[in-house]
Amino acid sequence: MNAPTALDAAGTVLTTSFNVPGLHCANCIATLENGLAAHPDVVAARVNFTTRRVRISHLETIDTAGLRDAIGRIGFPAEPFLGEAEPAAADESRMLVKAMAVAGFAAMNVMLLSVSVWSGASDATRQMFHWLSALIALPAVAYAGRPFFKSAWSALRRGRTNMDVPISIGVVLACAISLYETAIDGPHAYFDGAVMLLFFLLAGRFLDSVMRARAQDGVEALLRQTAAGALVIARDGSTQWRAADELARGMRMLVAAGERLAADGVVEQGASSIDRALITGESLPEAVTTGKAVLAGTINLDAPLTVRVTAAGENTVIADIARMMEAAGGTKSRYVRVADRAARFYAPAVHTLALLSFIGWMIAGAGAHQSILIAVAVLIITCPCALGLAVPVAQVVAAGAMMRAGILIKDGSALERLAEADSALFDKTGTLTLGRPVPNGPLPLDAVEKPVALALARSSRHPLSRALAGALEAQGVTAADLTDLTERPGAGVEGRHGALTARLGRPDWLGAPAAGDDALLATAFRLGDGPARLLRFTDALRADAPAAIARLRDQGMEPLMLSGDRASAVDAVAGQLGITGCAALSPAGKFAMIARLQQGGRRVLMVGDGLNDGPALKAADVSIAPASASDVGQTAADLVFLGDGLMPVPVAIAAARRTMRVVRQNFAIAIGYNVLAVPLAIAGYVTPLVAALAMSGSSLIVVANALRLRSAAR
Amino acid sequence: MNGLALLIPIALLLGMAGLVAFFWCLRSGQFEDLDGAAMRILIDEDKPDGPA
Repeated sequence: MNAPTALDAAGTVLTTSFNVPGLHCANCIATLENGLAAHPDVVAARVNFTTRRVRISHLETIDTAGLRDAIGRIGFPAEPFLGEAEPAAADESRMLVKAMAVAGFAAMNVMLLSVSVWSGASDATRQMFHWLSALIALPAVAYAGRPFFKSAWSALRRGRTNMDVPISIGVVLACAISLYETAIDGPHAYFDGAVMLLFFLLAGRFLDSVMRARAQDGVEALLRQTAAGALVIARDGSTQWRAADELARGMRMLVAAGERLAADGVVEQGASSIDRALITGESLPEAVTTGKAVLAGTINLDAPLTVRVTAAGENTVIADIARMMEAAGGTKSRYVRVADRAARFYAPAVHTLALLSFIGWMIAGAGAHQSILIAVAVLIITCPCALGLAVPVAQVVAAGAMMRAGILIKDGSALERLAEADSALFDKTGTLTLGRPVPNGPLPLDAVEKPVALALARSSRHPLSRALAGALEAQGVTAADLTDLTERPGAGVEGRHGALTARLGRPDWLGAPAAGDDALLATAFRLGDGPARLLRFTDALRADAPAAIARLRDQGMEPLMLSGDRASAVDAVAGQLGITGCAALSPAGKFAMIARLQQGGRRVLMVGDGLNDGPALKAADVSIAPASASDVGQTAADLVFLGDGLMPVPVAIAAARRTMRVVRQNFAIAIGYNVLAVPLAIAGYVTPLVAALAMSGSSLIVVANALRLRSAAR
Repeated sequence: MNGLALLIPIALLLGMAGLVAFFWCLRSGQFEDLDGAAMRILIDEDKPDGPA
């Protein structure tokens, strides 16, 4: 272990988390943790097996892509994890767990005493047990009931009512009347009912907070992607660094190889290729020469360029997309969750019922004491235990099943929206296709050349080099020892293997035959005076894409492809999959397409990955992104799936629909229980024993029904 | 009745001890990775070159 030596180097320690779906045993944990710890730039690595995530503390000298490659070399495909749980959300869940623990403790002990009372304790013993129950229950209710009291109070103050109002009134009234009963030596105290009610409700509330939306702030992630500034060439030829907001139209900026552009512009001098992944989602670099337009946020890959700025700051394409995304968040925030829709009718109904039974018994001449007891029984019996558990339990169980299948859900209501979707829109590159180049057929390299090619490929960050390195590593090739590794800007990399010069780079640099029209999808390798090997790559369809599309059709979803790519490329993919494709769409075009479908009454599912899909992902009713998506894509989407397949999309839809079916069954069970129990309560037959049995019985049935979803993700 | 005077406080104290223990576990992050904890006991920690 040499990790601690890294600590000697002074530097800020950063923390990055990665999703590693391939973890499945103790050995994997040890391999990954020890492998990462052996990396000189890694300070510490800790696997969280439950979430299939690894948290790495590392020095500034290694970036996210470097870490991802390091994990890949240890043998696990990994994707950076961006949705670090909001501290506020984690605090809320923790608070609810504590309240639930207190309520559970109180419920158990009060129940112990109540069982003695039900089984015949009388007189002084009963009196003592009731006082003891009060001693346990009152502080517990004061502590564990706070989430409900707070929410009910804030609703009442604004003259509104919510689910928490009947709960709070029920609990407080039950405690008050029980205290009174205890003081006058009455036979019935509802302390057990009150704390048990809180316990079940808190369980539901806790599960709900686990499923609550994590902040979806794609826009912020987007603006982090623009460069902070650029080197500007003054009229006298000197260069000066200017911050991005100081750039203006007409300035000429010098962009070094590997640098991100800070403004939109036109190339004045130089020839290079540009990584436009951030804007278009295309992983393959685009060749640019004099006169070509380039966009802020893209990366210059090969050679230095002189760019005349045409738009800067607020006027760049990337700023436009950010504005569009901000405007598009509305659809989702207008969505009312199923539980809230139910609560809207439930709360007033419960209040009315309790009040009516009080008035009814008063008219019938039962006396104020008796009438209040009955009204409290009605409130306790109607308290939405099973109703409060119905939705979150089902969603949590389904989310767990989906996580095991490699689908991460960021928001519980996403399942509800996904179950209602009826058309599916796909981006092409990176969504239907893998979004990264893979070798087109077997590599034309012999056994001597492979280790050398791997060593060269590893030394470059060019997408094709990384694809080559990945392919060779997958074949179990070990890299050869090379000396004098140098990068030739605009051409490739070069190194010495023994007495021979090894080169990897542009086909024309190595004298390889021309690669045809897709020149950017080919690279060449040459060892010494050997023949130049032309290596072709392609952005392949995800292997199970046709099967996934067919399954979507079976589910009654209408698949449609929206791509920013040129028509010929789109038609090829559309033909292979047998779906309709729209080519050459701008981000605004995709956005408009979704708006049109929504106006036609469709519920739209958007599956996309790139920044150009950001507005569409936000505007759609529900959205899914692959884990390989850009930061923006991942943060804007409701669900993220891992792996190289497309099957998770139909699987997620099937799981969402099953979940909603179970949620509806749960509602039916909860309401059915009320239909049976409420008349008993109104008639005055509900003793604390009956209330306890009915409450726990219906909650258990709802939970058991939800557990059927454990195998939902198939 | 005398038995009760002894047993009830004991029952409550034991329950309370459980509650305190749970709060402590929660605070020290023992519920962060439940599946991983089950796996980690299987990891062979004996490293040939001694502890790091």
